[in-house]
Amino acid sequence: MSVTVRIPTPLRNLTDGAETVAGDGQTVAAVLSDICARHDGLKERLFDESGAIRRFVNIYLNSEDIRFENGPDTPVNDGDEVSIIPAIAGG
Amino acid sequence: MAEQNVYFKGLKCRECAKSFPADVLYVCDECFGPLEVDYDYDAIGKVLSRNTIESRQPNMWRYRELLPIAGSVTVGEHVGYTPLVKADRLAEALGVREVWVKNDTVNYPTLSFKDRVVSVALSRAREFGFTTVGCASTGNLANSVAANAASAGLKAYVLIPSDLEIGKVLGSFVFGATVVGINGTYDNVNRLVSEVAGQHGWAMVNVNMRPYYAEGSKTMGFEIAEQLGWQLPDAVVSPMAGGSLICKIDKAFKELVKLGLVEEKTSAIYGAQAKGCNPIIDMVKSESDWIKPVRTPDTIVKSLAIGDPADGIYAAATMRNTGGWGEDPTDEETVAGIRLLAETTGIFAETAGGVTVAATKRLVNSGKLDADSSVVLCITGNGLKTKEAIAGEFREISHIEPTLDEFNAYLDELKNQEEVALHVSHSTNSHATA
Repeated sequence: MSVTVRIPTPLRNLTDGAETVAGDGQTVAAVLSDICARHDGLKERLFDESGAIRRFVNIYLNSEDIRFENGPDTPVNDGDEVSIIPAIAGG
Repeated sequence: MAEQNVYFKGLKCRECAKSFPADVLYVCDECFGPLEVDYDYDAIGKVLSRNTIESRQPNMWRYRELLPIAGSVTVGEHVGYTPLVKADRLAEALGVREVWVKNDTVNYPTLSFKDRVVSVALSRAREFGFTTVGCASTGNLANSVAANAASAGLKAYVLIPSDLEIGKVLGSFVFGATVVGINGTYDNVNRLVSEVAGQHGWAMVNVNMRPYYAEGSKTMGFEIAEQLGWQLPDAVVSPMAGGSLICKIDKAFKELVKLGLVEEKTSAIYGAQAKGCNPIIDMVKSESDWIKPVRTPDTIVKSLAIGDPADGIYAAATMRNTGGWGEDPTDEETVAGIRLLAETTGIFAETAGGVTVAATKRLVNSGKLDADSSVVLCITGNGLKTKEAIAGEFREISHIEPTLDEFNAYLDELKNQEEVALHVSHSTNSHATA
């Protein structure tokens, strides 16, 4: 599946300034792994040592928080948009 | 006055441990984790003793070496050191050996534990030179920011969900703060406030002041230990909204152990949320690794209605690592909890207190909390702010003429009603056990 991934401002230095990059995969996790393979330094920022998405990185699939879906295993479709959004402190 | 010693070295990421200066920072630029204050415990250990603490004024600043401000306390110097009340009748009702109530319903000046965090946040904000402050709040925090800002001559903007209890709205408005009601949930308000902090450069206490702000909650833990005669309780039950408080109580206990001020012991930390907004309890009960946010909280316990709690994963870890657990009582149980606390201790708690009492009851009944323990209930807010929650529980008061005859006739009438009620409850009980 070919999807668009939106990169947040603090990570754009790793995508040559690009706000979006193209990714490929069957699930959200696979898409993120795919873009990490093609942009040096991104993997360390998004994934922890165990390979899980960092706990304060929220991922949205077409404006829906994937925690409301099936987490990183949520399947994606062609043309979907995945957004990487740092968690918001507060409360 | 002599220059104050500074006992914190900077900030540190709670996730990846990257170090940062003690500046207006709150998110790690590496992994997006939250930042936490990094203390110099060796230096603190050299100056802080039980005697030193006991010689100081009865307020939360008696533990000032363990709080992250660099100079003098400029906001909230009278906050804290609320009573720790031994509650024998409540213990009996709950079926626990010993119950203590940490009574922050009478915290100064705005009758909730939030004065603790705000005192630190605003004192620190002034050190950074801020003159405008604010917050995202479910009510108590807004009240505290508004009042403490007023006393310090700071301008305050408090943003709240538009459907809060009238007591909580008035309790911000009266201090001259700009109160903005937002159409949406707390999580919507929070997101907006983080954008406001970025664009306007204000000190939003629970966003860009958060590493400093959150430390104020530790004082509840310090006080509990000191008031128990410098020992840690077997268990603590605390309400959870964002989840920060139970983490900081646990941290406070560990700091006291590290500094040799109390004997080493693991207090089991239990968390309480309302059934209608229970993301952290759900994470614990389902043994999940991540928080599933509650999109639309549905509970009378508005002060705890945070669907995407910032410290949720840490709160869950605190419960797991200390041998605690969590419970999420219904609104009906919460109202019963408010009444039970009031009728057995004389303490009128807000809905979050009702949740805490009701959760304790569940925990004891299920055996998750050992009945043979000494338990501290953290009662964090005052019932006069959430009167709506129990208004429906009571009949209108009776009106009589000012004569002794009428009063005695009224007493007879009451006695009859009680007998009827007793009879009904007896027959109900015999049905139940039949």
